[in-house]
Amino acid sequence: MERFQTLHSPAVPLPLENIDTDQIIPARFLKATTREGFGDNLFRDWRYNPDNSPKPEFALNNPRYSGQVLVAGKNFGCGSSREHAAWALYDYGFRVVISSYFADIFRGNALNTGLLPLQVSDETLGRLLAAIHENPALELVVDLPSQTLAVPAWGETFSFAIDPYKKECLINGYDDIDFLVNQKPAIEAFEKQRAWVW
Amino acid sequence: MPRTLFDKIWDAHVVRSIEGGQDVLYIDRHLIHEVTSPQAFDELAARDLGLFRPSQIIATADHNVPTLNQHLPIEEPLSRSQVDKLTENCQKYGIELYGLGHQRQGIVHVIGPELGLTQPGLTMVCGDSHTSTHGAFGAVAFGIGTSQVAQVMASQCLLLSRPKRMRISVEGELRPGVTAKDIILYIISQLGTGGATGHFVEYAGSAIRALSMEGRMTICNMSIEMGARGGLIAPDATTFAYVQGRPFAPQGEAWDAALGYWQTLYTEEGATFDTEYTYQAADIAPMITYGTNPGMGIPITGHVPSEVPTTEAESFDKSLKYMGLQRGESLLGKQIDYVFIGSCTNSRIEDLRTVAAYVQGKRKAGHVEAIIVPGSKQVEQQAIAEGIDKVLAAAGFELREPGCSACLAMNEDKIPAGKYCVATSNRNFEGRQGPGSRTLLASPLVAAITAVQGRIVDITEYLN
Ligand code: SF4
Repeated sequence: MERFQTLHSPAVPLPLENIDTDQIIPARFLKATTREGFGDNLFRDWRYNPDNSPKPEFALNNPRYSGQVLVAGKNFGCGSSREHAAWALYDYGFRVVISSYFADIFRGNALNTGLLPLQVSDETLGRLLAAIHENPALELVVDLPSQTLAVPAWGETFSFAIDPYKKECLINGYDDIDFLVNQKPAIEAFEKQRAWVW
Repeated sequence: MPRTLFDKIWDAHVVRSIEGGQDVLYIDRHLIHEVTSPQAFDELAARDLGLFRPSQIIATADHNVPTLNQHLPIEEPLSRSQVDKLTENCQKYGIELYGLGHQRQGIVHVIGPELGLTQPGLTMVCGDSHTSTHGAFGAVAFGIGTSQVAQVMASQCLLLSRPKRMRISVEGELRPGVTAKDIILYIISQLGTGGATGHFVEYAGSAIRALSMEGRMTICNMSIEMGARGGLIAPDATTFAYVQGRPFAPQGEAWDAALGYWQTLYTEEGATFDTEYTYQAADIAPMITYGTNPGMGIPITGHVPSEVPTTEAESFDKSLKYMGLQRGESLLGKQIDYVFIGSCTNSRIEDLRTVAAYVQGKRKAGHVEAIIVPGSKQVEQQAIAEGIDKVLAAAGFELREPGCSACLAMNEDKIPAGKYCVATSNRNFEGRQGPGSRTLLASPLVAAITAVQGRIVDITEYLN
């Protein structure tokens, strides 16, 4: 996993609520057996017409918007547990998703992929979406070590929460497998005292 | 301190807790399928790690498989390669595979319980959000991502923070024509798609206890649709009777020991939940969804809401536009093009029996295509043994071979763009049943009546 420390970037706005992982990456693109290349089909059916021509009104096709941060409506990533959704966002180039609420499995998948799910209040989210709509170049600064999101143009800084262990993993590029594999002696001891192996 | 059912099971599986509040949680059973496992196997290979407990992994091919001519090689090359990859990995690592051609193949959440792999008190995971289904047996079962699939393969454990606890009670008796599917669609319509995020839900109350195991599985299955990590129901005599005698169920002395343990699995008097809701069964009507998330449900005789909060207006109107519906509209009389009966929510033998009992001696409407995809080979065999296949064929319903099918349309079974499909599955997201498809979620009974009438009706006027 890639390390994440600080990011300065404008953002792409997607002001819709309950964006599910079927929209982020439709099931018909889940047939690959590797992790790469999902970015091409990110938001496929919102981004392209059936004849593969881009839909100009969709944010990702709008030349006004760019950047490594996606700002999306409440309850982002609900539905299917497919980690491919996080891979697709990452593969496309996003490193941070800002929303006022994340679905649990998506949040975990994002963190395991090196994509930071950054939760803000409903109010801050609303202000961000409006401000980016006004000024697509609005710069956001995400700093993981200090757990802050800054909007320099506003002179404001917001702090965000993250599990301390997950924060360390992301900053250092570690993941849970390394940690868990090192727990084997404790796991084997646990197995011996389990009562319910029928 | 009095403990909840969930906490009893979770506590019993904590290998150790680490600073910051995460637990190393031991996983008893790991179910895998062809779509979310290949990258996990690669991950292990890339790190030169083996599988820690391959005997605790069970595999099946379900998401991508055709539902016609399963005896022939899969035509679609990408689907075939994914299924082949699963077979290869299972052979390489010594994992038991219930793949295509196996007499017990089926949807992962249908075969687990059928085989007796799903038991009270266990922790179970799968790279699939509907793993919550297994909670119907009083297990802590939940969906995980592919990185976590690799973690469980490597260590049989996951690093997790303990979810919050929610209890949803449904009390009293259901009205005629109201089934388990209506209960859960009703609950989700009340709480919304994010209403249980961060929680593990225990379903309780007399209406839940009165349900069969199939009905309980339908309820727990859709827990994820309101954002819950999982759902579970305390095991009781109904549960024990279902498990007993199945291939992986404990036998003899082990059965007695298991039963003794399982009987301790309930929420103690006075245990506290972070959130509690109580509903009356009598308030629940046959339900249907009108929008593009499972929280957008109404009684079948109701109207699409005409007012929504301003912050939700953009998403709401986008959803109605996709569905070709208007604010305030009634769905009654709406013509339907397809009926899909299947998926891990409603493809069990009880569901097929419900449909067959209704359509016996009737015919589906001429313009409707009605497809029934059993959840497993076992369900298919049972349906044939009971003559259900003949009843369905006479009514013009097509009985396919098992798999996920049009639930997520990864195989050829797709609903064409713009067409309306009443489906017994669990998700009505845009494009879920194929690009442009319009899904209305409902119970098997509603689906059967809709297929016969060819349009949406007040089903309570059409009950046998
Ligand atoms: S039937 Fe549908 S919801 Fe169930 S496991 Fe298959 S794809 Fe997922």
